[in-house]
Amino acid sequence: MDITKETKEKLKKTVFKEPFSYRKLFISTFLISAFTVGGGFVLIPLMKAKFVDEYGWLEENEALDLVSIAQSAPGVMAANSSIIMGYRMGGFLGSLTALLATVLPPLITLTVISFFYDAFASNPYVRMFLKGMQCGVTAILIKVVLDLVIKQVKKKLALPLVVMAGTFIAAVVFKINIMHIIAVDAIIGLFLMRDPQYD
Amino acid sequence: MDILLQLFLSFAAVGLVCVGGGYASMPLIQAEVIDRHGWLTMNEFVDIFTLSQMTPGPIGINAATFVGSKVAGIPGSIAATLGFVFPSVFIVLFLGYLYYKYGNVSAIRGILNGLRPAVVALIGSAGLNFILLAFWNKEKLPVDLAKTDLVAVVIFVLAWFAQKKKTGTITLLFSSGVAGLVLYLVTGMHP
Repeated sequence: MDITKETKEKLKKTVFKEPFSYRKLFISTFLISAFTVGGGFVLIPLMKAKFVDEYGWLEENEALDLVSIAQSAPGVMAANSSIIMGYRMGGFLGSLTALLATVLPPLITLTVISFFYDAFASNPYVRMFLKGMQCGVTAILIKVVLDLVIKQVKKKLALPLVVMAGTFIAAVVFKINIMHIIAVDAIIGLFLMRDPQYD
Repeated sequence: MDILLQLFLSFAAVGLVCVGGGYASMPLIQAEVIDRHGWLTMNEFVDIFTLSQMTPGPIGINAATFVGSKVAGIPGSIAATLGFVFPSVFIVLFLGYLYYKYGNVSAIRGILNGLRPAVVALIGSAGLNFILLAFWNKEKLPVDLAKTDLVAVVIFVLAWFAQKKKTGTITLLFSSGVAGLVLYLVTGMHP
């Protein structure tokens, strides 16, 4: 994630194809967020297409660096990307504008869905449908877990595997509070896993 | 404490430690919302997670909105969602500052490296809860193997192979729902 001198030079020369406006930032982010299913990995390429290719508000390499920062920070990747891209394009107000535009569409959609859920979830036929979907989503989740575990095992490093196994046992067998477990893992990482091989 | 403030703080705690994408937020939200506060049942939680997968927007935000809305209506959904993204604003901007000042963010690299394998384990423990609920309608071990919901096992296996064929998430979940409706009606079993 090192920023090169070359990139820095380019940044200074960034020319906007389209004059920057908060209104445009809000509307384009809002629309991208409203119509993309599948979270950050779908959303970010669209944001890049809009802000880099169409508006010229960001430089390509810089956008990639910003996304990698957003990815490495805790929280929702799509929200993080909006925060940092918005900041780069329009300062603190820009970051709040982009964040709000990212959060509002799911906020509205899910609030509406939750009212329908409350009204229909106890209907026996709806219950059967939901139960079927629960089994489907369980299959998805288990697949995700297996893929992630395989990815960790393939790195052939002992420490991450110890952390993984220890965390699982602490959570499932000993039922220790997750926030406490995470605090311990963060401390282990801070002192023992700063080497780039653990990235 | 005021329920809105509690929602905000709970989801801020989740947002603060949630590393590694939407799935990583699920075990954390589960710990706060079900285990700690008892705001939802596991059943509702899995439904929320399922519906979040099928609607636009990041899974974490969708789940936060849904939980907030179930617990305290529209103000609740706003409080939970804002709480969830609140820590990110400061952390991301701080990382951005480090990036522009020093060109790298190795200061927190170690912490994140420690959290990544931990999150895999936590998603795994959530996966275990999902299986218990799907197959046995229970939230905790032990389970009675004789009381296994066979319809659920069949749908799980079908969904597993559908995934291998790269079926889209929405198609897969919707088909699972239809399969559930048909199989429960045909077998006369209750979900």
